[in-house]
Amino acid sequence: MTVTDDGSTDTISRSGARHGSLGTSPPRPDGVDKVQGTYAFSSDISADGCLFGATLRSPHPSARIVSIDLSAAWKIDGVQAIVTADDVPGQMTYGLIAQDQPVFAADVVRYVGEPIAALAADDPEVARRGLDAIVVEYEVLEPLLTADEAINGDREPIHPDGNIIRHQRIVHGDVDARGDVAVEGTYEIGMQDQAFLGLEAALAIPDSGGQGVELHVATQWLHEDQHQIAACLGFADDNVRLVLGGVGGAFGGREDISLQVHCCLLALRVGRPVRMAYSRAESFLGHVHRHPASIWMRHHATAAGEIVKIESTMVFDGGAYASTSSAVLVNAITLAQGPYRCPNAVVDGWAVRTNHLPCGAMRGFGAVQACFAYESQMDKLAAACGIDPFEIRLVNAMRTGDTLITGQPVLNVAPVEECLRATSALALPDEPVGGVLAVDGSHDAMKLPGGAGRTADVSDVVRGIGWGVSIKNLMYSEAFDDYATARCRLVDGPEGIEVHLKFATAEVGQGFVTLAPQIARTVLGVDAVVLDQIDTQVGSAGSTSASRQTWMSGGAVNAACEAVRDRVFAHVAGQHGWGAADLFIEGTDIVDGVSGVRIDAADACAGLEIDETVEYRHPPTTEIDENGQGDCHTAFAFVAHRAVVDVDPELGLVKVVQIATAQDVGRALNPLSVVGQIEGGIAQGLGLAVMEEIIQVDGVIRNGNFTDYLLPTFLDMPPVVATMIEQPDPLAPLGAKGVGEPPCISSTPAVVAAIRDALAQAGVDAPLDRVPVRPADICL
Amino acid sequence: MNEIFTLHVNGEERPVRDSWLGENLLDVLRDRLGLMGSKGACEQGECGSCSVLVDDELVCSCLVMAASATGQAIVTVEGIAPQGAPSDVQQAFVDAGAVQCGFCTPGLIMAVHDLLERSPEPGDTEIREELAGNVCRCTGYGRIIDAVQQVAVTRRSGRNGQETP
Amino acid sequence: MSSVLYSHGMPVLHPTTIEEATSLLAADPDAMLLAGGTDAMVEINDGHRRPSGDVVALSRIADLRSWRHDPVAATLTIGAAVTYTELMAEPLASLVPALADASRTVGSPQIRNAGTLGGNLGTASPAGDGLPVLAALDATVTLTSAAGTRSMPVIDFMVGVKRTAIEPGELITEITVPVVDGWQGYAKVGVRNAMVIAVASVGLVIDRERQSVAVALGSVGPTILRCPDAEAMLAASINWASLTATPDALEEFGALVAGASRPITDHRSTADYRRHAVGVLAKRLARRAARPGDDQRGVAR
Repeated sequence: MTVTDDGSTDTISRSGARHGSLGTSPPRPDGVDKVQGTYAFSSDISADGCLFGATLRSPHPSARIVSIDLSAAWKIDGVQAIVTADDVPGQMTYGLIAQDQPVFAADVVRYVGEPIAALAADDPEVARRGLDAIVVEYEVLEPLLTADEAINGDREPIHPDGNIIRHQRIVHGDVDARGDVAVEGTYEIGMQDQAFLGLEAALAIPDSGGQGVELHVATQWLHEDQHQIAACLGFADDNVRLVLGGVGGAFGGREDISLQVHCCLLALRVGRPVRMAYSRAESFLGHVHRHPASIWMRHHATAAGEIVKIESTMVFDGGAYASTSSAVLVNAITLAQGPYRCPNAVVDGWAVRTNHLPCGAMRGFGAVQACFAYESQMDKLAAACGIDPFEIRLVNAMRTGDTLITGQPVLNVAPVEECLRATSALALPDEPVGGVLAVDGSHDAMKLPGGAGRTADVSDVVRGIGWGVSIKNLMYSEAFDDYATARCRLVDGPEGIEVHLKFATAEVGQGFVTLAPQIARTVLGVDAVVLDQIDTQVGSAGSTSASRQTWMSGGAVNAACEAVRDRVFAHVAGQHGWGAADLFIEGTDIVDGVSGVRIDAADACAGLEIDETVEYRHPPTTEIDENGQGDCHTAFAFVAHRAVVDVDPELGLVKVVQIATAQDVGRALNPLSVVGQIEGGIAQGLGLAVMEEIIQVDGVIRNGNFTDYLLPTFLDMPPVVATMIEQPDPLAPLGAKGVGEPPCISSTPAVVAAIRDALAQAGVDAPLDRVPVRPADICL
Repeated sequence: MNEIFTLHVNGEERPVRDSWLGENLLDVLRDRLGLMGSKGACEQGECGSCSVLVDDELVCSCLVMAASATGQAIVTVEGIAPQGAPSDVQQAFVDAGAVQCGFCTPGLIMAVHDLLERSPEPGDTEIREELAGNVCRCTGYGRIIDAVQQVAVTRRSGRNGQETP
Repeated sequence: MSSVLYSHGMPVLHPTTIEEATSLLAADPDAMLLAGGTDAMVEINDGHRRPSGDVVALSRIADLRSWRHDPVAATLTIGAAVTYTELMAEPLASLVPALADASRTVGSPQIRNAGTLGGNLGTASPAGDGLPVLAALDATVTLTSAAGTRSMPVIDFMVGVKRTAIEPGELITEITVPVVDGWQGYAKVGVRNAMVIAVASVGLVIDRERQSVAVALGSVGPTILRCPDAEAMLAASINWASLTATPDALEEFGALVAGASRPITDHRSTADYRRHAVGVLAKRLARRAARPGDDQRGVAR
C-alpha cells in the first residue's frame, strides 16, 4: 500500500495540510540515526569505568532454596559485587497491581528463570564465570502446572496471595434466555512472546553519596518503574531518576520490572556504574508473556443468526506472579461478546497462579484470546444457521450506542459494519495458488506453502478465505487514574524560535516522537520543534500500551501547546488591539478573524518566555460489581480482517497470501505511521495463528531461542491491503483513536478461519480450535 | 595491552587489544572497537540484526569468530555512508516509513545494499526470499519492501527524488 | 569449560594448504576446526563451548573451496569449504540440482554465504539440509590427516546424532558425488516458510542409466536413513522407458518410506507427524520425478 504525504488519506483536514502538521506523514525525527546505526538503544549506552551485571536464575519451576553459597564466586578475580534478597534495602517485592513478586527469591522459587542473585564483574565473561560459581542447594518441589488444580483448591497455595489471582463473573440481562440455535466450543490459546528485538538492557549510575541513582533503561512506563524501583531501594521516588534509553520494541513485554532493580542495587553496592544486558535466552525468562488461555463459549441465536445470549468460562494461566493478570482477565471477559450486539450473557473468568512463566501484558491484552474464541464461534454459528460468515457478522454488528455485556454503552463511533464492508470491497489477490506460471511452466516454490522447502505442487494446495472482526478498549479501565503529562515551552534557538516539548512518553517504535511535533506545528504554527530528553523530570505519561498514547500523551501535548498558544494569542491580541478569541492559526500564520490580518507565528513568539505543563485525563471510568456491571472502559476501536490462505491439507502447511483490513482509526494523524502499526500488528496476529508459541514441558521452557520460537519472516508475511475508516471520534482530543492493538486481534482468527475454509473445500473437517495451528492439527 | 589481532573495518586497520579466544565478531565490533551500529538480538544467526559484509559477502557477524576475520575487508553500517549523509537505501527507509523501533534496521540496510548489488531490480518475491534472514518485529515488512523498490526505481532512472511505484 | 579469558599471539591459525592444516591438527589434537562457523559459533555464543586450544580456520585453503568435475567418470568432487551459495550457482547447480535445492532451503543469504557442505557433514545433525541429498547420491567423503587420506561412504561416516567417524587429526577435505543422468530433488518440512530446521526432509535420486532409486530421510532418526525396501519397490515399479509411475505405486512408495522412518517427538514436532510428513514428501518427490512437466523447480536458479 502506498501512502502519499499530502494528507489525501485524511478526509477532514483542511485542504493542503502543511507538510509536518497533523494529517501528513513527515519522516520520524530519529530515522536518520536509526538507519545509520547511531541511534542509542539502551544496550548501546555505557559509562566510563562501568561494570557488567548478570543474573542467577532458578532452573526449577518450584523448589525451596536450602542454601546459597557465594564463596567460590567471590574468589574469582574481577567479581565486584553479589546481591541477593538479603541485600534489598526497601520493599522486598514489586508488581504492577499486587506487589507480589520478589526482587530476588529468598525461600522459594516459583518459576524457571526466577532471579535468585545478581553479580557485577569487570566484564561479561567474568560475570558468567561468577554466576557459574554460585552454588544453590534446592529442595525440588512438585510444581503446580494446571489451572484446574489452581481453581479446585486441591493444592496448597504456591504463594501467600493464593492460587487465584482474580475471579470475576459477568451476569447481564436474562440468564435463562435461549435462542433457536446454540453452538459451543472450547478454544485454546498458546503462550505468545512479545519477542521485541531490542534485548533488555540498562545502565545504572549511582549518585556519589549513594542516596540516589540514575537509570537509563528501555521501558514502557518511566514513572511506574521509578516508583517500584524506589520502593525496593528504600528511596523517595525523586531520588531515582529514569532516562529513557532507546527502546527496541516492547509490545507489552517491558511494562513489568525486569532488570531495573537488580541493576540499581549492584550500582549502589559498588558505587560505580553498572550495565546489564540480557541474551535472547535470558530475555525469554526475564519478561512476562501473553497469557495462555482456555475458553469455553456457547452462543445462543435466533434462526436468523442474531445473538441472543453468550455463555463463557475463561481460564487464564497467569504463571507464578500476578503482574497485570487481573486487568487482562477483565478485558477478555468484558469483551467476550466481540463487536456484536448481545442482550444476555453469563461469563465466568479466572486468572490463576501456577509455576509456569509469569504472564502479563502483550499487545491486545486479553482481547486477543477472547477474539479467537468468539470469532471461531461466529463461524460455527453461521454454519449452524446456514448463513454466510460475512453476513452473520453484519447481522450482529455493533453500532454507536449499543451496550456491552457490562451494561456500558459504546459512546464512541462504532463503525463495525463499515469496517466489514470496506474490507470486503478490497480486491482479492489476483494471482492464483502458486502464482503465475514461469516461462518453463513451473511455479515459484516461494509462492506455495512450504516455501523454499518445496513441499507442495499446485495440485496439493487449496485456497481459503476467512473473516475476523474485533473490538478493543483503549486506555486503562476499572477506575484507574489514567493521565499523561506534557510540557511545552518557547525557546529562542540559534535559528529562531523553537517549540520545546518535554514528556515522559516512552517511544518504543510506534512513532510518538513523530506525532508530537506534528501536534505542536499544527497548534502553534511554528515548524521548529525540539523534543527534550525523555525522562522523569516531567510528570508521568502513563504507559505506552493499551493503544493509549496518541489519545493521552497526544492529548497532553495538544493541551500544553494550546495553553502556550492561548498565552501567545493574549500577547499578540494586546499588541495589536485584537480580540484574543478572534485569533486562529492557519499554516504558519496567526490570523485575526476580524480584520483578516495575518502575522508570522514564529515571529510573534520570538522573545516570549512561555512554559506550560498540562496533565491530560480522560473521563473517569468505574469499577465493575460482582456481576461485572459498570462503565469500566474508556473508549473502543474496531477493525475487520479478511485473510486469504493457501493450505496444503495433506502436510498441514500454510501460506498466508493476503490480509485485507479496514480499521476504525478515528483520524489518521500520520497515515504512514498508522500503516506501520496496521502491518506490524497483523504480522504478530499471523504469528499467533500459525507459528508462535512458548512451549513449556513440566514447567520448563523448551524453545527459548529464535531457532525454535518462530517469528514470521519476509516469506511468511503477505502483502497487507489496508484502508482506514476515518470517522473522527468526538471523545478523542484529536479525533484519533489508538491504532496499535486492533491489528493483532482479529487477524489471528481470520487466518484460522481461512484455513478451515480451505480444508472444508478439500473435504477435511478439522476443528482448529487451538492457536497456533500446527501442521498436525490440520492433517492428522 | 598487547595487540592480539588486527581487523580491517570500514577501510581502517583496527587493532584488537583484548578478546577471549572464540569471541564473535559482533561483540568485538561493539564492545572492543566501539562500533555500536550492528545489533545482536538472537546469538544464533536467526535474526540478521548483526549483518555485516565480509569481503563483499553478507554474513551474520555473531557467527564469525572475530580472530578468524583478520585480513578480510569488513564493512559495517557505519561504513555504508558518512554520518549525516545517508545512502540512498538508508534515506529510502526513512522516507518510506520502514523504520519503527529501528533495532533490525542496520542489519537490513546491509542486507538491502547487498541485495541490490546482486540484483538491481528485484521483484516482490525475490526481495522477500533474499531478506528472509532479517527479522523485523515492528513493521510487518510492507514498508521495507516499498523502500527497496523505491531505491531500485530511483537507481534505474538515475535521478534524485521519489517516484511513487 | 575453558576459562581462557585473553589470548595473546595468534589465536586463530590460518593454514593455506591442506598439508599445513593437517600438520597443525597432528600437533594439537584438541584443535578446533572452523569452517563457516554457522554451527560452531552458535554453541560458543551459548556458552556451551569455548576453544581450549588452537582454532584452525579452513577458509583460506583454496583447495577446500574448489571443485572439479570429471565428465568421463561422471563425478563431481566438491571441496569441503564450498558454501551453500556456491552450490546454488552454475555450473554446480546443474551438476547436482538436489544440492542446489537443499542449499536454497538453508536459512538465509547470510547463512548460505558462510555455511559449508563439509561443515554440514562434520556437524552431522540429522536435520542437516545437504545430508539426505549426499546420502541418496551415495556420496563419499574424503578425510585427510598428516598420515594420509581415506574415503568412505557418507552414510557410513554419519554414525549418530552429531557424531561421525572422523578420527583425531583428520579433517574433511572433499565430498564426491556422481553426476546422475535422471532426476533428483530435495524437500523439507518446517513450520514456517523460511529459516527453519527441518522436521522431516527427503532427498530422492532417480538414476535412469542404472534404473535405480535412492531415497534418504532427514530428521526422522538419529542419523540420515536410507530405505532399501522402498527403493527396490519403486525401482521395480517405474516404467523406465517413459519414466512414469502409477499413483498407487507412488502411494506405496510413500508408505514404505514412512514405515522405514524412526522419528521422535520433541519440542519441534511429534513422531506421528514426522512419520506422516516424510512419507508424503517421498511420494511427492517421486511424483515429480515420474511425471516430468509437473516439475516444481523454482524460477530463480
